[in-house]
Amino acid sequence: MLRLDNVAASYGPIEVLRQVSLEVQRGEIVCLLGGNAAGKSTTLKTVLGMLRPSGGSVVLDDQRIDRLPTEDIVRRGIALVPESRRIFARMTVWENLAMGAYSRRGAPATDFAEDLERVYTLFPRLGERATQHGGTLSGGEQQMLAIGRALMARPRLLLMDEPSMGLAPVLVEQVFEIIQTINRQGTTILVVEQNAAVALAIAHRGYVLQDGRIVMQGAAAALLDEDHIRRAYLGED
Amino acid sequence: MLDALPILPQQLVFGLALGAVYGLIALGYTMVYGVLLMINFAHGELFTIGAYVGWAVLVWLINAQLGGLHPAWVLPVLLLMAMSASGILGMTLERFAYRPLYMRGATRLGPLISAVGASIFLQNAVMLTQGARMKVYMTSLLFPRTWYLQIGGVRISALVLVMVSVALLLMWGLSLLVQRTALGRCMRAVAEDREVAAVMGVNVRRVISRTFLLGSALGGAAGVLVGLYYTQIDFFMGYSAGLKAFTAAVLGGIGNIKGAMLGGLMLGVIESLAVTFINPAYRDVVAFVVLILVLVFRPTGLLGETVPQANKV
Repeated sequence: MLRLDNVAASYGPIEVLRQVSLEVQRGEIVCLLGGNAAGKSTTLKTVLGMLRPSGGSVVLDDQRIDRLPTEDIVRRGIALVPESRRIFARMTVWENLAMGAYSRRGAPATDFAEDLERVYTLFPRLGERATQHGGTLSGGEQQMLAIGRALMARPRLLLMDEPSMGLAPVLVEQVFEIIQTINRQGTTILVVEQNAAVALAIAHRGYVLQDGRIVMQGAAAALLDEDHIRRAYLGED
Repeated sequence: MLDALPILPQQLVFGLALGAVYGLIALGYTMVYGVLLMINFAHGELFTIGAYVGWAVLVWLINAQLGGLHPAWVLPVLLLMAMSASGILGMTLERFAYRPLYMRGATRLGPLISAVGASIFLQNAVMLTQGARMKVYMTSLLFPRTWYLQIGGVRISALVLVMVSVALLLMWGLSLLVQRTALGRCMRAVAEDREVAAVMGVNVRRVISRTFLLGSALGGAAGVLVGLYYTQIDFFMGYSAGLKAFTAAVLGGIGNIKGAMLGGLMLGVIESLAVTFINPAYRDVVAFVVLILVLVFRPTGLLGETVPQANKV
């Protein structure tokens, strides 16, 4: 479904991605692991066209998307749950969800109602707080809102940037259960994580990124077994 | 000082009327600041151009004996023409004077300096094409001096009533648009987090462009109202009106739409108090004293909120 071939990208003179090749197949949960500044978020930004790759190609469903503007890429069915949530704090929960559905404007209103229903079923708290401002929610609720907002776009591919960041362990577990639920309902997921153990527990496959290069890849179970290597590459998490 | 007390209610009426117009102009500053974090210093000139377009249309209509138009429709026509002209010009400025700078990742200072340049350019363009002498709005033909409301010692002219109503109506319309429509949601989303808004599929450039269109159109409408009120306009009128409206926007909390309206009304009232109790000559000084006081003691303004900036990696 999504394929990156030898993607390179830099912020000004700083080269962040050197050669990143990875693939996400329909129906999978793939995790992209790596330490700080390994290039994980940059990889997602490159997929979404928020950063233009300086080399290589990004292909979605056999079509190159690496020259398209972000809003076009999003309309092709990719949604993002950004790092540290970045919900719209001064907008209500409902308005945040409406923004999530923006890329599908023009779709019948019943679709919107259906998607809203689905998100409220997945996260009943959001339904209870529909008229509250996003900024008044707790950290966990904000993460739910960020995920719900992305789901409102009916993405075929959901990108998640560090969904466990800043959450209590109980909540991390909840979030990852929800990721599995969403995946079972038919959404392909590419999740970036520093918390390797929890990500590999739900992923089908994983890639390890270091200094802008993919240094390891394989089935999640196999990567989990490579315990000593994992520690060496990822440090303590 | 207390001898001035009897005229205070009358002065307050004038203050509120002017304040509503300041608020209208202030909206343009605050909306643009919201989405682009820049002060559009050419906004005062868009207001001037609105006043000139309204004047030209009025002169044309009067020469054509209104061309069969019912007199009640004159003001709406003036407003519509002025708003279109200022709105389109504001959009054009954004496209050619600011976007090339902010899109190439220039510092925030780049578009700001470009705006100062645009302001000087437009001011001189108006002077060169329209002359340096003032033009006269034939207000009394639309709103005869004999039309007024007398409440005790306070006289409220029809013009002031209409002026305040139009300003409030436009503000109300804008609030509705910002709070209730998809475009309004997009504007707020872009103001809060441009990058994430783009990831939601929002065409950020188009939203910024529409913001300029709306804000500048409101400035153009204010130009017509001020022209009718003072009956005289000149190429330089946007300078002080612009600075006052900017003060109003800062007073209310720059970037905050309700704040701009509140700041405008407050500034109008403060000005009328100063005129009543200190000296009419200080009318223009007051705004700048307020600006300095706000910047020193409460830079976020009355309704300004300090929302922690989302970390933008």
